[in-house]
Amino acid sequence: MENKGLNKVDLIFEKIDNREVLAKGFKMSSEEIIQEMLDSGLKGRGGAGFPTGMKWKFTAAEKCPEKYIVCNADEGEPGTFKDREILDRVSNKVHGGMAIAGRAIGAKKGIVYLRGEYRYLLAKLMIELDSFNKMIKEIGYDFEIEYRMGSGAYICGEESALFESIEGKRGEPRNKPPYPTVSGVFEKPTSINNVETLVTAMMIIQHGAKNFIQYGTKDSRGSKVFSISGDTPTPGIFELELGMTVQQFVNEFGDGDTKAVQVGGASGFCVPRKKFAETIIGFEGVPTGGSMKLFNSSRSMYNVLHNYLDFFTEESCGQCTPCRVGCQQLLKGVEKVKKGEAKSTYLNELMKLADTMKIAAKCGLGQSVGNAFKSIVGNFKEEIIY
Amino acid sequence: MYQVGSLVRELSDKHGRVRESLMPILQAIVQKHNYLTDEAMVEVARELDISAAEVYGTASFYTFLDTQVKGKYVIRVCKTITCSMKGKSDIIHTLEEILKIKVGETTSDKQFSLIETNCIGWCHKAPAILINELPYTELTPEKVSEIIKDYMQK
Repeated sequence: MENKGLNKVDLIFEKIDNREVLAKGFKMSSEEIIQEMLDSGLKGRGGAGFPTGMKWKFTAAEKCPEKYIVCNADEGEPGTFKDREILDRVSNKVHGGMAIAGRAIGAKKGIVYLRGEYRYLLAKLMIELDSFNKMIKEIGYDFEIEYRMGSGAYICGEESALFESIEGKRGEPRNKPPYPTVSGVFEKPTSINNVETLVTAMMIIQHGAKNFIQYGTKDSRGSKVFSISGDTPTPGIFELELGMTVQQFVNEFGDGDTKAVQVGGASGFCVPRKKFAETIIGFEGVPTGGSMKLFNSSRSMYNVLHNYLDFFTEESCGQCTPCRVGCQQLLKGVEKVKKGEAKSTYLNELMKLADTMKIAAKCGLGQSVGNAFKSIVGNFKEEIIY
Repeated sequence: MYQVGSLVRELSDKHGRVRESLMPILQAIVQKHNYLTDEAMVEVARELDISAAEVYGTASFYTFLDTQVKGKYVIRVCKTITCSMKGKSDIIHTLEEILKIKVGETTSDKQFSLIETNCIGWCHKAPAILINELPYTELTPEKVSEIIKDYMQK
């Protein structure tokens, strides 16, 4: 396994001449842009890690004259706050990335879906968008971006739920296929990308895929913005090269007493101390949309798990039974075991339920509840029981 | 209760009478009046020519589109793990004491509502709350008392 160590970099927030990079991008053909993305190995920065070049390629291949590029700014994963910071500091790069993506897939319209919790940013973003839309017109390129707001629903970060919400409906995920690249928002071919992915795409156009792949590992190219919180002396937002171990991360950000790191938020994985050294942060180990939460030995992992299950029980859209009932039963189940109302072996039944949810739930929410559940119960069984 | 008056018509003129305008219209009503009355939702349904059940069904899905009476200032306290670890309970106790209400309630003068919410994206500056759309972070009981007292003066 490649191990690059912990390296701080400054690319995402680096100030650039937006117009210059865009001019460079617009000179490239759709195929050239997509090839550059494929060569860069860029994978989506929202957490799921789908190759961005592939997503653009599929959307570009659709023959429909009306297509959309949607920026997913519904950042709701517990412990993630990097997209807020990116939009606050370099929204021009987000808008620029959307225009580049629009060029690649053949879309003339972009929509940013911003979570309701970040509405305070909107006034500033509108001013910045205004000057962006003007600049695009000056360059002579036909592309326009608009903003839509969320209203406090974690599930709307799921791509098809987000489309439903833009269309003015309940944010309930759709059946797949068809995938968004074929039928997305308003049932038109859509490429939906995370805020940071679009900025990274802009960076790849600026520096070239050749330079981009100097950073990171074979499976996890480039750098990534991490949202770091919990028991750490230095909480905040840090851009780090991909390919470090959890141990190296903890050496830098831990408080000297770190017993576990939750990588990827409530829907991610819990890594216990004994596995810090062998676990790589990235797609070859534990993937993350950026959320890194550190817990020291004063914390009860039962409380952590209970908080996550409470979160999922509330945020499940309730559409499919495995997720709606599964979340409730996992929550009730750990409460019963803790109170001594159920035997500790009942946890084995709950583990099976988590497996069933992974197979049977309709969308990523229900499918990933088991990640945190199994990794916390599996590694900290005694804390759940006693 | 508030009178919707011409607001829904103005908003429908602005956003267009199509289904995709539903969220922006409901959001704008909530921004102005803090919650949706049955009358407001019926009025929106009429303007967009959809059933009132569709409007209620959509509104009730989203936690920020309240269909129950809410105060002028809606205080949302983040209860997700980091805020919970960093003193969320103390913030709630302080707010309950100052406002003389419990979580989920609204003051009798309809000025403040106190509710808990899921992660609002300020984990590195926990504990955090939203008052309407504004975030307040790295709170202590003293700090949050000061903030609420300022709002009471408004």
